[in-house]
Amino acid sequence: MSSRTRYLAPLFIFLIMAGFLFKGLFMDPRHIPSVLINKPAPEFNLPTLHNPQKLVSTADMKGKVWLLNVWASWCAACRAEHQVLNTIAGMGIVDIIGLDYKDEEADGKRWLQQLGNPYKEVLVDKDGRVGIDFGVYGVPESFLIDSEGVIRHKFTGPLNYPDIKGVLIPKLNEIRGESK
Amino acid sequence: MKTIKITLFIGLFLMSGFAGATALSSYTFESKEEEQAFRELTAKIRCLVCQNQSLADSDAELAGDLRREVYALWKEKKSEEEIAEFLVARYGDFVLYDPPLKPSTYILWFGPFLLLFIGCYVLSRTLKNKTEDKEVELTEEDQQRLKTLLKDDNDNREASK
Repeated sequence: MSSRTRYLAPLFIFLIMAGFLFKGLFMDPRHIPSVLINKPAPEFNLPTLHNPQKLVSTADMKGKVWLLNVWASWCAACRAEHQVLNTIAGMGIVDIIGLDYKDEEADGKRWLQQLGNPYKEVLVDKDGRVGIDFGVYGVPESFLIDSEGVIRHKFTGPLNYPDIKGVLIPKLNEIRGESK
Repeated sequence: MKTIKITLFIGLFLMSGFAGATALSSYTFESKEEEQAFRELTAKIRCLVCQNQSLADSDAELAGDLRREVYALWKEKKSEEEIAEFLVARYGDFVLYDPPLKPSTYILWFGPFLLLFIGCYVLSRTLKNKTEDKEVELTEEDQQRLKTLLKDDNDNREASK
């Protein structure tokens, strides 16, 4: 080591550390990558919001590409997301199944009356047990599931308009391209 | 001053007990040991909502639900590994405070030892260089020069007296 590099060494170490710390500024510690990506969606068998006698299971969804959206009437971020879901439903690009997470049925129904219903079906997860199986740790979260019942993508936090074009449509094309 | 400190200490002590009691009070345990074991188990699990709190301490909704699941598994006499497996399958390694030893976590486990090793190496080299500096051998010529210099110095001193 020549004497010049010796004196520059602390500066290099500092710059490397500063680089990591700078990157850390833009990382969200609340975003925990899901371990369920490319794994089969957890099994469930849940009553629907509008007809508690009707049960829907994971197996019923086989053969379809669908978006499972975890929401609740007590969740503030879901209100903003709801317009985006209405837009997706209006575009008709994917079936959206709602999972009303730890909610009162009456509140959930009122919510859909007021804000519109983008869901093909709304399932009731009263005690949050299915949410745990899906590794849900904050609402809203959405899972894109392929026709084989495999989770292909997870949206943590509310979906927004750029997500439709930037993530959802490319992912759908990828999934549907495989099955052809 | 001392009384204030003692009062504060007792107050905080009581409050800490209270916080623990709210989180686990809805569960029944057959013995104090059993409760302690359950508390130790849930203390190793991270609450995903308030990430710096363990499942034993957190009052978040999700933490309550996860405690319920862990309690159910625990009552079924499932081992700690099986309970950890259940949680990791859903939430990933992040849910455990102690990351498991596997290729993606090698740097986490061995990184500090690597840094220690590098530090020791740099330190030993630096020390070695320093001792080498001290043992500079003087050549015949140098010795001669040193003598004349010292002699000049002495002569100067004599002269200035």
